[in-house]
Amino acid sequence: MKTYKGISASPGIVIGKVFVFKHQKLEISDYPIECGSEEKEFQRFIKGRDLAIEQLNCVYNKALSTLGEDEAEIFEGHIELISDEDIEDGVKDLIFSKKMCAEKAATQVMEENAKDMESLDNPYMQERAADLRDIGKRLTYCIAGVSLMSLADIEEPVIIIAEDLTPSDTAQIDKDKVLGFACEVGGSTSHVAIMARTLELPALVGCSSVLHELNNGDEIILDASMGKIITDIDEDTRSEYLNKIKAFFDNKKTLEALKDLPAETLDGHRVELCANIGTDRDVEGAIKHGAEGVGLYRTEFLFMDKPQMPCEDVQMEAYRNVAQAIDGRGIIIRTIDIGGDKSLEYLDFPKELNPFLGWRAIRMCLDTPDIIITQLRAILRASVYGKLRIMFPMIISVKEIRKLKSLVEEVKASLKSEGIPFDENIEVGIMIETPASAVIAPILAKEVDFFSIGTNDLTQYTLAVDRGNEKIAELYQPMHPAVLTLIKNVIDASHAEGKWTGMCGELAGNEIATLLLLGLGLDEFSMSASSISRVKKIIRSVSYSQAKELSEKALSMSTADEIVELLNNYILNLE
Amino acid sequence: MIEREVEIINETGLHTRPGNQFVKLAKTFPCDIIVRRGETEFSAKSLLKLMKVGVSKGDHITIVCDGEKENEAIDALSNFLANLTE
Repeated sequence: MKTYKGISASPGIVIGKVFVFKHQKLEISDYPIECGSEEKEFQRFIKGRDLAIEQLNCVYNKALSTLGEDEAEIFEGHIELISDEDIEDGVKDLIFSKKMCAEKAATQVMEENAKDMESLDNPYMQERAADLRDIGKRLTYCIAGVSLMSLADIEEPVIIIAEDLTPSDTAQIDKDKVLGFACEVGGSTSHVAIMARTLELPALVGCSSVLHELNNGDEIILDASMGKIITDIDEDTRSEYLNKIKAFFDNKKTLEALKDLPAETLDGHRVELCANIGTDRDVEGAIKHGAEGVGLYRTEFLFMDKPQMPCEDVQMEAYRNVAQAIDGRGIIIRTIDIGGDKSLEYLDFPKELNPFLGWRAIRMCLDTPDIIITQLRAILRASVYGKLRIMFPMIISVKEIRKLKSLVEEVKASLKSEGIPFDENIEVGIMIETPASAVIAPILAKEVDFFSIGTNDLTQYTLAVDRGNEKIAELYQPMHPAVLTLIKNVIDASHAEGKWTGMCGELAGNEIATLLLLGLGLDEFSMSASSISRVKKIIRSVSYSQAKELSEKALSMSTADEIVELLNNYILNLE
Repeated sequence: MIEREVEIINETGLHTRPGNQFVKLAKTFPCDIIVRRGETEFSAKSLLKLMKVGVSKGDHITIVCDGEKENEAIDALSNFLANLTE
């Protein structure tokens, strides 16, 4: 048995035969062509180009059926590029004036254009240079009459091993005939990796040397979940993996079937499952996993790693992008939460002995109102594009909320006087992450539209346990009776005022805690998108009264360990 | 001849897909269409030229249409750019 390591680009496990994907090497003549044969040579280019266009048309049609219109349009662009007059003129010139053969002329023209594109400032455009080289390669092979190996020719299900796969290669992949693939180059954000996730095929990238070590027909295990390839499989490993594969697919199927179903208990009590996001790019994954909205949009990323504070327009655009991408579902935008463990290059943060208890989040904002006013203006301006909600972090008093709400009103008034539209009824809520706010939740509930519990900080502050300190990691217990009592208090307080409570900390996505939180009456759970299906599965397997009973029992217990054990056993019995 | 300045607002600029849509649209009009950015001028009907200039977010470009249906062309192209979201 031999193991090769790679970077997981898309999870999954398969056993299958290897198909080595490697193009035949093309020898291009360096000799000048005979005088008088220029026109003939140019016609060879034209013929080759027409063939390449014909092939790209096939790629386009294939992509249209497997990847959808958006992806397919890229190949329409490739056809446009290869047909460009500039390419034709450039090749013609090299053939007639430099007596180059058509292959050499075409390679040189495509390479020059690719270099031009590579020199641009815009990284998106720089990446397009690879596309031009991809088209150029096809063009040269077509002129020479050598066929490029195509993934469309694969006849039985195989695992593809390649140095790299270009967009036109992956577009040819027939999902029924490709079990997965491994490439020598690439990182987890490379084209192949993204494509593997779109196709939902197990894939590894960055597997150095596999291309030379594996041969067509070799049987291998591609364990993309653990990032490895196993060859020369022995019987024990084989049976172990057959079980793993079955478990993987069973689980995937069950979870996928849940995607469009509501998070509803057997007796019809419904809660909302949302995603936590950091940038607009996370929205796609959220929707894919069935998120009903965004329960926490961390806006810090907009502010971090920048030379200066992002202006109102830049922020507005980011919020608008999220609002438009999530298509009508609600989005809770948390206002800037800087300080604590996060600082900004362009803002002077004092050295503090106790930064988590210091000048962070709204404390900083209330001292330097320009920052929060700009952010509020941006949020309100974006609020016409979707259902946005504002959430303030690190609240300990009613006084803070009133100040912040008066800032919101100020911003609304000035937008109104400028004639800029916004959502007049935008909801304003707070994050409950300090013990103070949890204790006075009945008072705070009168002031705001909703609560969202941030369990990470609430646990750290309630238990006085630094969540980054490994020495006391055991003491960090989100299911400590003290924390749970506060959570219950918060949920009950909001309901008494006809308001609702969500949760956006780690606990919301922790399957062990799901039934407990459900039973306590939590209205919305927000977590990383990939946890949604698992939590939903649990919620759909019990009745609300069962969950209530369980949570009452949990809250009557005296230690976190007992509570975790109770919940753990309950979940195990469900399955 | 008419011209109009437009700002590129989409995140990734005029790369393959939006660029191709722009060129395709330009080609539906019979008039000459030139794009000017700073000192550079090029035909709006060539995707290769468009991509080599690397029209990016925040760029101000001027569309110049000359000939038959120039008014329709300039309206269609500037509308297209104003509504790009990709």
